[in-house]
Amino acid sequence: MDLAQKTVFELSELLQKGSCAPEDVLRSVAEAIRTKDGAVHAYVDFDPERYLKRWKKMPKTSSRLWGIPFAVKDNLCVRGEEITCASKILKNFISPYHATVIEKLEEKGAIVFGRTNMDEFAFGSSCETSCYGPTRNPWDLERVPGGSSGGSAAAVANDTAVFALGTDTGGSVRQPASFCGVTGIKPTYSRVSRYGLIAFASSLDQIGPLTKDVRDMALVLEAAAGHDPRDSTSADVPVPRYSDFLGRDVKGMKIGIPKEYFQKGLHGLHGDVEEAILKAVKVLEGLGISVEEVSLPLTHYAINVYYIVAPSEASSNLARFDGVRFGRRSEVPSGMLDMYERTRGEGFGAEAKRRIILGTFSLSSGYYDAYYLKAMKVRTKIMQDFNAAFQKVDALITPTSPTAAFKLGEKMNDPLEMYLSDIYTISANLAAIPALSVPCGFSNEGLPIGLQFLGKHFDEAALLNLAYAFEQSTDFHRRTP
Amino acid sequence: MSHIDLRYTSHLARLGFKPEELKVFGPQVDKILHFVEQLNKVDVEGVEPTSHPLPLANVFREDKIAPSIEMEEFLQHCPSRHGSFFKVPKIIEEKS
Repeated sequence: MDLAQKTVFELSELLQKGSCAPEDVLRSVAEAIRTKDGAVHAYVDFDPERYLKRWKKMPKTSSRLWGIPFAVKDNLCVRGEEITCASKILKNFISPYHATVIEKLEEKGAIVFGRTNMDEFAFGSSCETSCYGPTRNPWDLERVPGGSSGGSAAAVANDTAVFALGTDTGGSVRQPASFCGVTGIKPTYSRVSRYGLIAFASSLDQIGPLTKDVRDMALVLEAAAGHDPRDSTSADVPVPRYSDFLGRDVKGMKIGIPKEYFQKGLHGLHGDVEEAILKAVKVLEGLGISVEEVSLPLTHYAINVYYIVAPSEASSNLARFDGVRFGRRSEVPSGMLDMYERTRGEGFGAEAKRRIILGTFSLSSGYYDAYYLKAMKVRTKIMQDFNAAFQKVDALITPTSPTAAFKLGEKMNDPLEMYLSDIYTISANLAAIPALSVPCGFSNEGLPIGLQFLGKHFDEAALLNLAYAFEQSTDFHRRTP
Repeated sequence: MSHIDLRYTSHLARLGFKPEELKVFGPQVDKILHFVEQLNKVDVEGVEPTSHPLPLANVFREDKIAPSIEMEEFLQHCPSRHGSFFKVPKIIEEKS
């Protein structure tokens, strides 16, 4: 078997014994990218020599991540590399520093190996709003890989990355993980430092890895998480060694199924997805886990809240792209105002503009109370829903997405239709809870389907252990396109 | 149902639009706003707003000097500069 196809865990066994060297792994992944990424376009740049050169300076560690290459979504700063958020407005910008998450992974000996494609500024669920053009789903090249971390998910699924980093503001790690048949987590808000992540919505954004299985997820997350003085919102809560929790007995644990998520026709839940989830329930019950129905009455309003809160925060965060300090500036503006309007008008793509307009409107005088303030209050009620549910159960399960991967172009002309595809993932960001997607079956067309586990704040260990138990009883994570 | 004044809102956002873009955006943004307005059905009497999801307040750190990145590193990315300053077009404009 090709080294590029192996998991972090398998490679680390070989690397630590000295049966292969990091160079062998890097060359294998570089070769896989050269031969297989042309059709998928998961990467926005790739220059193996430059990335190899970066690695040579790093000393050996006993970490499981030593010598393991990983791909990075194009919104995380890697010192000396271009970072664009897949937007024309940032083209040619070079990161002056490392994101904390990059620093932490490099400390363990992991190696940055390429930047992956995304929806512009992470605005999208299909990877189609990128200024570099879309990424395609390795399972079916006519379909989207999901978004916004579509490049990261596609690279892991296509065995052109051992693991990858993504970011998740409303499902941007989990939905592409589901569409591409890989594992993806959105940790508890504040679990991973956001320093060096170009902000989309600061009260919702979290960095999350995408991996080939749950064991790899535990290994990467325990290295990536932790308090960082440079991100004052990062939690000063100890990080457990997640990998030590895997394999613990799950018998007697309680899982809830929110009944609102399965109401007929409401969110366009496809029959084959529903069937796969119900089969997964049987597997979990077979492990001695009790599965019971719970209620999250405010479920229907999560998307409404999200599409006020997220664009409002985005419109504020994106104000910094004004052509003054970095990025592009329009040619020969006649004055300051003209410079702002033309630079931003030419630099941002359609979806970014829509969200800036929505956010500016929601925050503007006369509309603030009816939109932004109202949404923040409903957000409180959504959080209370989850708190009540977690009084009764240890975790919740839902589909990750109502459908398997859709076709390229299918939802591009109807933004609202695209937004509605995030129904199952958005609530976790609003409630700040951790959520993990693992493969749980295939659609009638042979496309991967994802199962989502949602947990209590800072209870990633329980989620990972539950997902690991599920994974050990199934083989969906081993299938490749 | 609100009808967003796109011209005014885009001015607030300092975001230029071509006339043909405005034509497409108008109905799209109206449809999205109409959708989010379903929130009016939720009773939020006495509910506190959540602006930040976790109870963090007054996060302090030690006031210690640490190495910082050279000014030149940041200035090299700006589209136009004058020595160690960012250079911009005329700020005070004549009223048109």
